[in-house]
Amino acid sequence: MSRGHQPILELHDITKAFGGVEALRGVDFALTAGEIHGLVGENGAGKSTLMKIIAGVHADFSGRFVLDGKETRFRSVRDAHAAGIAMVHQELSVAPDLTVAENVFLGNQPTNRLGLVQWRRMAREAGEQLKRFGIDVDPMSRLGDLPIGLQQLIEIARVLSSGARIIILDEPTSALSPPEVERLFTTLKRLRDEGTSIVFISHFIEDILRVSDTVTVFRNGRKVAETAASETSKPALIEAMIGKGREALEETYTHDIMLPPPTDQPVVLNANGLTLAGRLREVSFEARAGEVLGIYGFMGCGQLELARILFGKIKPDLGTLAVAGNQKAFRSTADARRSGIAFVPESRRDMLFLQEPVYKNVSISILDRISSLLLKPSRERAIANRQVEQLRIRPAAVDLDLGMLSGGNQQKVALAKWLSYPPRLLVLCEPTRGMDVGAKNDVIHIVRDLRAKGLAIIVLSTEPETVLSLADRVIVLKRGAVVREFANEQISKDRLLEAA
Amino acid sequence: MTSGESVTVAADRKRPRGLAAMLRSQMRNIAPFLTLICLFSFFAVASPSFATLDNFGNILTQISVTGIIAVGLTFVILCAEIDLSVAAIANVTGIAVAYFTLQESYVNIANVPMPGWAAILLALALCALLGLVNAFGLTVIGIPSFIMTLAMMQIAAGVSALLVRGQIAYKVPPLVTTLGSTSIGGIPWIVIVAALMLLGGHLVLTYTRFGRYVYMVGGNREAAEYSGLNVKLILGSVMVISAVCAGIGGMLGVAHFGSAQQNEFDTYLLDSIAAVVVGGTSLFGGRGGIGNTIVGLFVLGVLNNGLDHVNIDSFLKILIRGLILLAALIINVYAQRLRERAAE
Repeated sequence: MSRGHQPILELHDITKAFGGVEALRGVDFALTAGEIHGLVGENGAGKSTLMKIIAGVHADFSGRFVLDGKETRFRSVRDAHAAGIAMVHQELSVAPDLTVAENVFLGNQPTNRLGLVQWRRMAREAGEQLKRFGIDVDPMSRLGDLPIGLQQLIEIARVLSSGARIIILDEPTSALSPPEVERLFTTLKRLRDEGTSIVFISHFIEDILRVSDTVTVFRNGRKVAETAASETSKPALIEAMIGKGREALEETYTHDIMLPPPTDQPVVLNANGLTLAGRLREVSFEARAGEVLGIYGFMGCGQLELARILFGKIKPDLGTLAVAGNQKAFRSTADARRSGIAFVPESRRDMLFLQEPVYKNVSISILDRISSLLLKPSRERAIANRQVEQLRIRPAAVDLDLGMLSGGNQQKVALAKWLSYPPRLLVLCEPTRGMDVGAKNDVIHIVRDLRAKGLAIIVLSTEPETVLSLADRVIVLKRGAVVREFANEQISKDRLLEAA
Repeated sequence: MTSGESVTVAADRKRPRGLAAMLRSQMRNIAPFLTLICLFSFFAVASPSFATLDNFGNILTQISVTGIIAVGLTFVILCAEIDLSVAAIANVTGIAVAYFTLQESYVNIANVPMPGWAAILLALALCALLGLVNAFGLTVIGIPSFIMTLAMMQIAAGVSALLVRGQIAYKVPPLVTTLGSTSIGGIPWIVIVAALMLLGGHLVLTYTRFGRYVYMVGGNREAAEYSGLNVKLILGSVMVISAVCAGIGGMLGVAHFGSAQQNEFDTYLLDSIAAVVVGGTSLFGGRGGIGNTIVGLFVLGVLNNGLDHVNIDSFLKILIRGLILLAALIINVYAQRLRERAAE
C-alpha cells in the first residue's frame, strides 16, 4: 500500500457561491496517490460542490487548485478528463436505449480505418471489461432493460476502467444490493493498490468506514474534520456532521425527543408489502387518524416512489393499500383523491399553476365539491380568501397570479388546496425544503393543527429536522426497505442517522 | 451599468403592473387583433370592393366551416395536444351522411338509403367513434397525439375512399341541406350554426368545470395530475369533442359545397389549425380560448378573401398565407416566453 505519499491534488482556501449563497467557505482538501478518501456530510454541506470543482463542472470559484505540484484551473469537464480525473455523478448518466457495449465505450468506440464502428470488437472488449468487475451481462443487450443497480455498476465500471488516476464516486451505492456493494468495494481496493486515488461520497457511514483510508467531514460548506478511517467511528462522524448545536441558529435536534405513546385512533391507511422493482421491497406500515407518521431515508431510498404509490401515480408491482379498511387499487390520482387522499409533492412546480391566479390554485382539487356543471367563481374566491387568511399567505390577493408569490407562500398555497375539505390522509413530501425559518414554523403549525383535527398525515423527508419536528412516529427506509420504526421512545438526529 | 439601474430593473420585474408589462403579458391577445386591423385596413384601401356589407357576408360564410372545426380544435390545443385528423374526419362524416341518403339514379354508389334523422345520427356516431379511437390511442396506449391523429387522418381518408369509391354523391338529408346551403332573413344558416357553436364552446370553456379542467391540464399537466384530476379522461374528452365538431363541419360543408367526394376538405386542416394558433391560443396549452379563435378566423378570412380582391398573382397567395402563418407562430411562441418572464 502506498499511503503517505505526496499529495497529487491539493486545494487551498476554496470558496464557491451560488447566487449569493456560499456553498463552500475556505475549504482545504488534499488527495494522495493510492488512497480512498471518504467524504461525509449532510445534504448541502458542500461535498458534491467540491467534487464538481475537481471534476471541472464548476469552473468559477476562488482559491488555489494544485495538480501534481502545479497550479491549474480546469475550464471544463474535458480539461479534467484530459488530466485523468473522472466522476460518477449521483444521477445516472447512461444512455438507456443504447447497448451495454455502446455505453461502456460511449464517446470512444473502436473504429476501423474507414471510421466504421467495429461492433464485434466493441462487444468482446466490453464483455471482458465488465467481467473483470464481476458483471456478467450480454454486451449487446439494451442497457435500459437491466436493473437500476446493474446500470449503476456498469456506469461505475466504465469510469473505473477509463484509466483515470483520480476517480470521484458520488453516492455510488444508493441503488446497489449488498453483494453488488461488496463487489464494488473489492474493485475499489484493487484500483487503490494499483495507485489510483478515489474519492467516495456516501450517506452510508458504514460503507465509508469499511472502504476508506481517510475520512473528511463537511458541515455548512466547511471542512470540520479529517481523520484516518481506522481512528474514528460512526457516532463520532455523525457528531461531527451535525455539530453540537453551537454553530447553527436553528434547532438541530441533537438532544433527545420523546415520541408520544401510540394512539388508539382508527387506522386510515394500511400499506401491505408494497414492492416496486428496483425501488421498494415489501414496505408495510399503517397511518392512523390524528397522528403524523414520518418516513425518513436518504436520497434514493425509495420514498419518492412510495409517496407516488400512495397517491395513485405509480402502480406497485406487488402489495396492497387499504383506506379505512377497504382495499384500494388506484387507477389514477383522481381515484386516490376521491378516496380522501391528498398529496403535496417535493417540488412546488409539479403541483401549482404559476400562471393562474391564487384562487384557481386553491380550488382546483375541490371544484367537484363546490360546483356541479357550472363554476361558481365567487364561492371559489370566498374559500380562497378564507385559506389565505388562515394560512397567512402574503400578499393576500386571490386574483394575483401565483407566480408573483414568494416560494414559501407558494408552498402554503400547495397545502391550502387540500384544506377546505380536509382529506382523510395527507401525504407531504419535503414540506419545509428550502424555506426560511418563519415559513418553516408556519408549516409546522399548519400540520399540527391538521393533526389536531383528526387527519392522518404522512411526512416523507430526507432532512432529519423535518421529520423530527413533525412526526409522532418515524419509520426509516433504507434501500427501499423499512429498517427501523421509532415509536413511544427517545429519538434524536444521531439515532435517526444511525438507523438509516 | 451602475448598481442603481440594476436595482430598478429587478424591482420592475417583481412588480409587472406598468402599462408596458401589461401589454407584454397580453401580447397574445393584442397581436392577432392588431394583425386583423392592419389586414382589414390594407384591403379596404387597396380594393373598393372589399369593405362592403356584401363582402363582409361573404367572409362570414367562407369562414363558417373552418370555424365549426376550429371550435373542437381549440379545446385540443388548449390541452397542449394536436388533432391532425379533423379535416379527414370532416370529410368522412360528410361522405357518410350522403352515403346513408337516397341519391339520384345516375350516382353510381352502392349506398344504404335511410331516413334523414338516421343518416345524421349514424354520421355523428361515426365521427364520435373515430374521436374515441383517437382518445384511446392517446390516453390508454400512450401514442403522442401528433402521431395518433396522423394515423387517424389516413384511416378516415381510407373509410371515405371505400364509401364513395371515386364517385361523387350530391344528396344529403333535408335538415343538413337547410343548415348548410340556405339562409334565413338574409343570414346563411351555416353562419348561424358556426356562431352558435363558437358561443357554446366559449361558454363551456369559461363557465363550466370541464372548461376549467381543460385550461388547468393545458397549463401544467403534472400539477393537474397531482391535484387529483383525471387527466386522461379530460384529454380523451377533448379528442372526442374535436372529432364531433369536425364531423358537424363536414356534414354542413358537404351541403354547402353541394357534393360529397374524396379529398374535399384537405385545405381545412391547415386553415383550422392556423385559425386557432393565429388567434393566439398557446401551442403549449393553457392560454387562449374561443375569443382568440374567432379573431384568428377573421384574420384568415380577411386574408383569403382580400387577396382575391386585389390584383395579385394567384400563385403568390399561397406563399403569402404561409408567411403570415409563420409570423403568427413566431408571435405565439414569443408571447409565451414574455408571459413566463412576467410571471417570474
